[in-house]
Amino acid sequence: MSTRMTGSFIDNLPKIYGIYTGGFIAFILLMALGEHWGMSEDAIGIAFVAFTVVIYAVIGWLSRTMQVDAYYVAGRQVPAVFNGMATAADWMSGASFVAMAGGIYMGGFPYLAFVVGWTGGYVLVAVLMAPYLRKFGCYTVPDFIGTRYGGNLARFCAVVVLVVASFTYVTAQINATGTIASKVLQIPFGVGVWIALVAILLCSMLGGMRAVTWTQVAQYIVLIIAYLVPVIWMSNKQGFGVIPQLVYGDALARIAEIEPTLGVGVLKPEKAIPGLSALTVMNAAAPKGLIGNIQFVTLVACMMMGTASLPHILMRYFTTPSVKAARQSVAWSLFFIFLLYFTAPALATFTKLQVLDPNLATSIIGKPIESVMALDWVQKWHNVGFLSIVDANKDGILQVNEFFMRGDIVVLATPEIAGLPAVISGLVAAGGLAAAMSTADGLLLAIANALSHDLYYKMIDPKADTRHRLIVARVLLIAIGAAGSAVASLRLTGILGAVAWAFDFAMSGLFFPLVLGIWWKRANRPGAIAGMVVGFLAGTWYLYMVRWGGMTPWYGIDHLRFGIIGAGASVIAMVAVSLMTKEPDAETQAMVDEIRIPRGETYLSATH
Amino acid sequence: MSTASSQQVVHWQRTKRLMIIHLVIWFIFSFVIHWFAADTNKISFMHFPLGYYMAAQGSLIVFVVQLFFFSKQQDKIDRECGMAEAE
Repeated sequence: MSTRMTGSFIDNLPKIYGIYTGGFIAFILLMALGEHWGMSEDAIGIAFVAFTVVIYAVIGWLSRTMQVDAYYVAGRQVPAVFNGMATAADWMSGASFVAMAGGIYMGGFPYLAFVVGWTGGYVLVAVLMAPYLRKFGCYTVPDFIGTRYGGNLARFCAVVVLVVASFTYVTAQINATGTIASKVLQIPFGVGVWIALVAILLCSMLGGMRAVTWTQVAQYIVLIIAYLVPVIWMSNKQGFGVIPQLVYGDALARIAEIEPTLGVGVLKPEKAIPGLSALTVMNAAAPKGLIGNIQFVTLVACMMMGTASLPHILMRYFTTPSVKAARQSVAWSLFFIFLLYFTAPALATFTKLQVLDPNLATSIIGKPIESVMALDWVQKWHNVGFLSIVDANKDGILQVNEFFMRGDIVVLATPEIAGLPAVISGLVAAGGLAAAMSTADGLLLAIANALSHDLYYKMIDPKADTRHRLIVARVLLIAIGAAGSAVASLRLTGILGAVAWAFDFAMSGLFFPLVLGIWWKRANRPGAIAGMVVGFLAGTWYLYMVRWGGMTPWYGIDHLRFGIIGAGASVIAMVAVSLMTKEPDAETQAMVDEIRIPRGETYLSATH
Repeated sequence: MSTASSQQVVHWQRTKRLMIIHLVIWFIFSFVIHWFAADTNKISFMHFPLGYYMAAQGSLIVFVVQLFFFSKQQDKIDRECGMAEAE
């Protein structure tokens, strides 16, 4: 496997990852024993993180390569199911793993727009994009734009949009990785992000897409076990059975019953604490009124169209052995993602019940503040500034509007809140790390590949030899990773805010140029350039105006949803300019015909 | 136009029709049903408020099932039109 991926390696994948999964479970049991024998919680956390990161690094080392197609598209031989797992890990970021359940916990029903948007987007990927891009045979997304529309300017615009969207996203991932590293290793966040970067680069630097693929599969297995185990455990403990996803309806009902007695949705915090929030929204209440509905569907639309435009996702489908496998692989990706996403609301619900329900020993709302402050998990998160208690009415009792926390910590703190063994906390930390690392790897690779393949090789030095190209790719990987860590250490926004922006940027600039490039033969170069430039600028302008410029959002389309404006401007500009200018030449139209049928060779040669 | 390309035309028409069918389903479960969540929330489904259930689970299940069907259906179209890849 070290120099060439052999057929037998591919054939043996189920066995290899089966053994790996067994080994990981054995490790969890070993840690449980360790805890029983008095191993400290901190030591368990460190062991989990160290063990998993070492495994990823070993996979990264074994997958090293100096071949162009192995580096860029994993040699195009990743089977559909495994590519599905890799995509799921690539996809499920720190935001999905660490922040989503917390978002639902804090935001209630309106936050489910992320759950719907981040799954339904795959319908667009499968139906409109992935199979055709696979047939096309490109290495990167700008590679498709550059070849379909012709000319360096179109390619360059696509590279710019890709870099902005992915870079916004990757800083959030490094932030999440750093958060976990700083918590587990008990080091300052500023140091955590740099340690995170080293771990991330270990997976991707030597083997490019091939290494990232096989580490992502390993990371998926870790993250899904880490996500499901605590929820199942907690559900079982509360008497809801072992398939919590099906039965948390009763927990929802119980929360709805408790909420009025605690004043959820009525009591508001007296003073805001930056970065932290108190629970002020009813759990299952649907979005209210026209604006509420518009906000829900526009957020769904942004996350979906963003999904279908984000290059680190689309490029995963370049690695399958066939067009048919690419389609199947999208279905498998969504299935593996679904396993986590339909669990997130259940997790949020059970955790909320633990915190609110006065009948449960774990509840804190309505308890004396002194005793709450004495709880281990409250102290721990309080110390790192992720949680705060303010006795606003000075009665010594904790009200719902006096308890502030960062939504991001819900998943990480849940095992401690629910009083699960420390081994579960360690497992969850390893899972969160896997999620954030795998996404960071995919994103860094997407950016570095676009710069090395599209900017350097296609535009600056087309005569560069393989060795040179792959060295440039790696240097860029390190440089971009370092830039990402530097930005992440500034902590510009909460994890989820920046992630949503990445989707909006991607959809503003890339969605219509990609879709219309496949589905509308008449789309031409000036149209595509107009679509990318106008869409991207309109979206960015709107973001600036509503976020910093003091403009009132139109119909509730706030800074999380600016892609609606960008993509809207993009499609108008692209169609109008395409129709006003000459139709594409016969060769381009034949190319479009060619990519619409699975049969035959890829349009671009195997090693272009 | 040769036979091959007329087959290609049929293939593309059927592909487009399949695309539209799936995007209609997608549209309904992405947007339409959630628009009425305040009303559907009053209905109980497996002890869940229906509106909440659809956003937290129902739509997701539809998407997953839909994609496995799509993959099968498109493959059938490819094979019947002689546009499938060599195995």
